[in-house]
Amino acid sequence: MSKHLKRLYSFLIFAFLYAPILVMVVYSFNGIKSRSVFEGFSLQWYKALFEDSLILESFSNSLIIAALSALIATVIGTFAAVGINKMKKRTRSAYLFVNNIPVVNPDIVTAISMMILFVFFVSVTKMFEMGFWTLLIAHITFNIPYVVLNVLPKLRGMDNNIYDAALDLGCPPIKSFFKVVLPQIMPGIVTGAIMAFTLSLDDFIISYFNSGTSFQTLPITIYSMTKKPYSPKINALSTLLFVFVLVLMLIVNLRQTRTAKDKKKKEKS
Amino acid sequence: MMKTKKPFFSAKNLTVTPYAVWMVLFVLIPIGLVVYFAFTDANGTFTLENLSYIKRYAETFWLSVELALISTVICLLLAYPMAFIIAKMPTERQGSAILLIMLPMWMNFLIRTYAWMTILENNGIINRFVGMIAQWLQIEFEGFSMINTNGAIVLGMVYNYLPYMILPIYTVLTKIDNSLIEAARDLGSSSVHVFRRIIAPLSVPGVISGITMVFVPAVSTFIISYLLGGGKTYLIGNIIENYFLGSSGAINYNVGAALSLLLMILIVVSMGIMNHFDKDSESVGGGMIV
Repeated sequence: MSKHLKRLYSFLIFAFLYAPILVMVVYSFNGIKSRSVFEGFSLQWYKALFEDSLILESFSNSLIIAALSALIATVIGTFAAVGINKMKKRTRSAYLFVNNIPVVNPDIVTAISMMILFVFFVSVTKMFEMGFWTLLIAHITFNIPYVVLNVLPKLRGMDNNIYDAALDLGCPPIKSFFKVVLPQIMPGIVTGAIMAFTLSLDDFIISYFNSGTSFQTLPITIYSMTKKPYSPKINALSTLLFVFVLVLMLIVNLRQTRTAKDKKKKEKS
Repeated sequence: MMKTKKPFFSAKNLTVTPYAVWMVLFVLIPIGLVVYFAFTDANGTFTLENLSYIKRYAETFWLSVELALISTVICLLLAYPMAFIIAKMPTERQGSAILLIMLPMWMNFLIRTYAWMTILENNGIINRFVGMIAQWLQIEFEGFSMINTNGAIVLGMVYNYLPYMILPIYTVLTKIDNSLIEAARDLGSSSVHVFRRIIAPLSVPGVISGITMVFVPAVSTFIISYLLGGGKTYLIGNIIENYFLGSSGAINYNVGAALSLLLMILIVVSMGIMNHFDKDSESVGGGMIV
């Protein structure tokens, strides 16, 4: 492919990917309540957004669920990976098969399968209702497999001799685990935790079926906004989210390039 | 002779126990419940009625498969060249390019799909823009009807899932050993030949995980068809949703479970077909973790 053709092609793909986002950003500053005509610049929709207590509350709900589910999934998943790594091949594949079910299954199937369980449980015990707890359990469930999938390769790539050496030198197993194994698999744990957090923050389908009516996360609120008559508040919200993600990604990217540069420097000296 | 029994709770087991309990409770039992509900009626007695009842959705089912397949093919055709271009960029620019591909994925997909409504509507941006040009040229223009068509649904699917196709293909392309390509070149292969005999076969695992990552969410979506298809087009996902969260008269977990079971079987079958093409790769979705 010639250089120009390549450039044109990349440009078109990026234009396609960013066109709707650009439209949202532009119309978030619209002076009038229209999604086709643009008239005058205004910040009124941002003001309206910050006065909407439902949106703010569901945003904080989303953060709480994402943080808690990521934390719990990371702990359960990391310990599971340690155990799975030591298993014989056949047992390990059985575990990994089950681990892959929520990853491979369509979200809607995972969602309704858990919903049936929760509804069944609620109708039998007559004690709980769908809400915070069912949502948290559902999020932990779809997060755990991703933690396992991120930690396991790090365990397999690890040099077991160092752990054995620590044991030989009289370090108790639990202490050796925290001092020797954990630091080596940390990158996998961190990636898994971040992935779990973002997946949970972004999830709509599983939350939609398992949240009941009392507890709403941000994507559920956005969904109910799309059902109501058009409000440019949704554009303002999207723009803010986009800027937030953009800044976050830039920071991560800068840090990565910096550490890469530092590494290069170290190698040179 | 006495056998030395392994203690049930060895340290190894102990670390997996919470996980095993969790997965049984919230993954295996729910799947079992789906199967149970699919084969029973409201009173819990065994029946095959749900399975025969869902025959009426055959047309919807095939429409979902058809739209998802079309979207998957378009994604593949668009994504492969893009992944190839990025993989051939200088290393320091590859990171930024991948970042740009991933950035829209981090916006909630409801918002992104909703934005397309603004663009495609009868009174939307495209129609107004073309209308302005038509007025300027003094041609009569009645406007395209784009929203609420199957085309709009395919567009929404391609838009939402294109990055899922680009990323795994890019990952496998960067892993191809350059010396293989150089060796082929040295031995007189043309670019087309190098692509056909080396690059294409070696990128199969990425293509396979891309296809699964696009097809599975596309075939089971209910949001894209709801937002861009209007009330007109119902896909299998919409029907399942309606059986679980629709108006109180419409709710029927048993039929909904039967449809979900069918969807699961479809996914398992298509994964089986996919794995047939890709015997070497160890796990499904291997290219997923970037």
